[in-house]
Amino acid sequence: MSSSRSKALVTAAPHGGAATDPVAATMPGPGPGPSAASRLSASAPRARRRGQGQAFGWLCVTPYLVLLGLFGIGPLAYACYASIANPGGSQPSGLGGYSRAFSDFRFLPAVADVAEFMAIYLPMMVVGVILLALAVQEVGPRLGATMRLMYVLPGAVVGSASVLLWYVMLEPTLSPFGSQLRAMGFTTGAEVFQSSNLIWIFALMAFATGFGQWVVIIFGALQGVPEDQIEAARLDGCTWWQTARYVKLPAISKYVLYMVIMTFTAGLQIFVEPQLLYGLENVGSQWWSLNQLGLYYAFNNGDFAAASALSLLLLVVCAAAAGLLIFKARFFDTEVA
Amino acid sequence: MAFPITASRARRLWSAPRVVLLGVLALLCLVPMLWLVLAPSKTESQIDNGSPLSFGSLGGYHTAWRHLISYDGGVLYHWIANTAEYSLGAMALGVTTALLAGYALAATRIAGRRIILVATLMAMIVPTAALVLPLFMEVNAVRLTNTAVSVILPASLFPFGVYLSFIHFSTRLPREVLEAARIDGCSEAALFTRIALPLAKPLIALLSYFAFVGNWNNYFLPFVMLSDESKYNLQVGLGALISGTPALNPSVGGSQLPIHRPEVAVAGLVTTIPVVLVFLFSQRFLVKGMLDGALKS
Repeated sequence: MSSSRSKALVTAAPHGGAATDPVAATMPGPGPGPSAASRLSASAPRARRRGQGQAFGWLCVTPYLVLLGLFGIGPLAYACYASIANPGGSQPSGLGGYSRAFSDFRFLPAVADVAEFMAIYLPMMVVGVILLALAVQEVGPRLGATMRLMYVLPGAVVGSASVLLWYVMLEPTLSPFGSQLRAMGFTTGAEVFQSSNLIWIFALMAFATGFGQWVVIIFGALQGVPEDQIEAARLDGCTWWQTARYVKLPAISKYVLYMVIMTFTAGLQIFVEPQLLYGLENVGSQWWSLNQLGLYYAFNNGDFAAASALSLLLLVVCAAAAGLLIFKARFFDTEVA
Repeated sequence: MAFPITASRARRLWSAPRVVLLGVLALLCLVPMLWLVLAPSKTESQIDNGSPLSFGSLGGYHTAWRHLISYDGGVLYHWIANTAEYSLGAMALGVTTALLAGYALAATRIAGRRIILVATLMAMIVPTAALVLPLFMEVNAVRLTNTAVSVILPASLFPFGVYLSFIHFSTRLPREVLEAARIDGCSEAALFTRIALPLAKPLIALLSYFAFVGNWNNYFLPFVMLSDESKYNLQVGLGALISGTPALNPSVGGSQLPIHRPEVAVAGLVTTIPVVLVFLFSQRFLVKGMLDGALKS
């Protein structure tokens, strides 16, 4: 990463313009102007105001920094320490926590489970949301607003409530979609809730709860594509798909990347669905996902070093994705310093 | 004679199926919610044998509620009170700190501002679930697990709120206005309370919504931090009901418990309704906030 890129971060930049330091902006430049004495007398109150501003700024930001230190950076530092020292654990300290975490017979299956889940969930979410947002944009504004509201609604039911709802929806003897499930060959819950179907079930649950808010965001991004470009494409005889493919999608590529990365980092942390479904139907395992496995290392094996090592792995992957979004794609860039 | 399909004709042909497809998907989104609302009105056998979307009776809600509150000596009341305490506590702390930090980052030139912003963005993108286990170990080291503080304080870290707040003050509070007020002798504290805060009412509503909903629905953090059932929030309590009673899992013992599907559905409703209501009433600014937070550039 170039140094200019590393400097190009989000800072106060109204309306996307280059941010200007109000103090620096009002400082006179070289050349003809007020005398040195008047400059000195004018700059003294400014310097005092600047000092007061800095002090007040620190006062305001300190409570947040304390929280960030204690519950953002602190756990990270503690995980680094615990992965080596293994506090409270019976296993030896050192780098053994890493080897135990990554050589455990449950580790690779958990990685495979999460990877397969992501391989289905991520494309389903990205393609589904883009197509839906494009389609919603084409219907009238009132109908479109109603659709968007309906799509976001399932997002209000998350966590254990979502597991409850989806358990019922997929249980052929209880579900309003029972006849469709039976037509697909599923007559009992035991036939639906099998290990081989779990990835699809979790992908469906995650899609249903998350797609609505992304449709809203991508729809909002599409609304920002200049109308004259779309009209020009239409006049040139472009079909709906050609307009979307060559005009709209390139214009919203950053937003799509944002969705991909946020969906990726959230999907990587899958926990509540496999945890509760295992308790309900005894399907999957207590270490189906990586977060479940970390919990298992900590509370069933008493191996906090291995749990910390696994958490650090997940954090590193998520932080790399975040770094990609911030620095490489410059998604949040509003100022080139 | 065959007519070539022009772009406008293709668009018209595609229009009706598109509306139908979008409408069907919208209905599919409604069906689970409808089931959740209707299920408690029915008896267990009506749920098992009747139409899934039929209505039982109003008395069904009362019966299911009565059974539910008799579970474990009325622990549901604790769960409701805990959820309110954790959500409102974390919301108050999170919104206050986010508002102050966002203002400071936007309106003042403190040293290290860029580093704080990068750290905030990183914390915003990395999901909180990734930090839960290390958080547990950290909180356990100071022997604070199984307390309200162990849920409220970590949940008060609200980097998304700081980012939204920063964007809001950066774009809505012109630097010229601030500088003019400073030249007129306005103190920094007065700038914040008399100029910035009155402009931030929509922002406070938006931050409160995100913080409240996020904390109300929090599962992983309380699940890991809390071991005493009376300290659970509704999400973790509902999870315990789902997996620990024979309501949905007949293999669990304790069939003498009056907790069946209608009761679990009531618990699901209690868990969900506040969020759905808040969501419906705040839909307009919510959409704007999602766009602002995600896409400001």
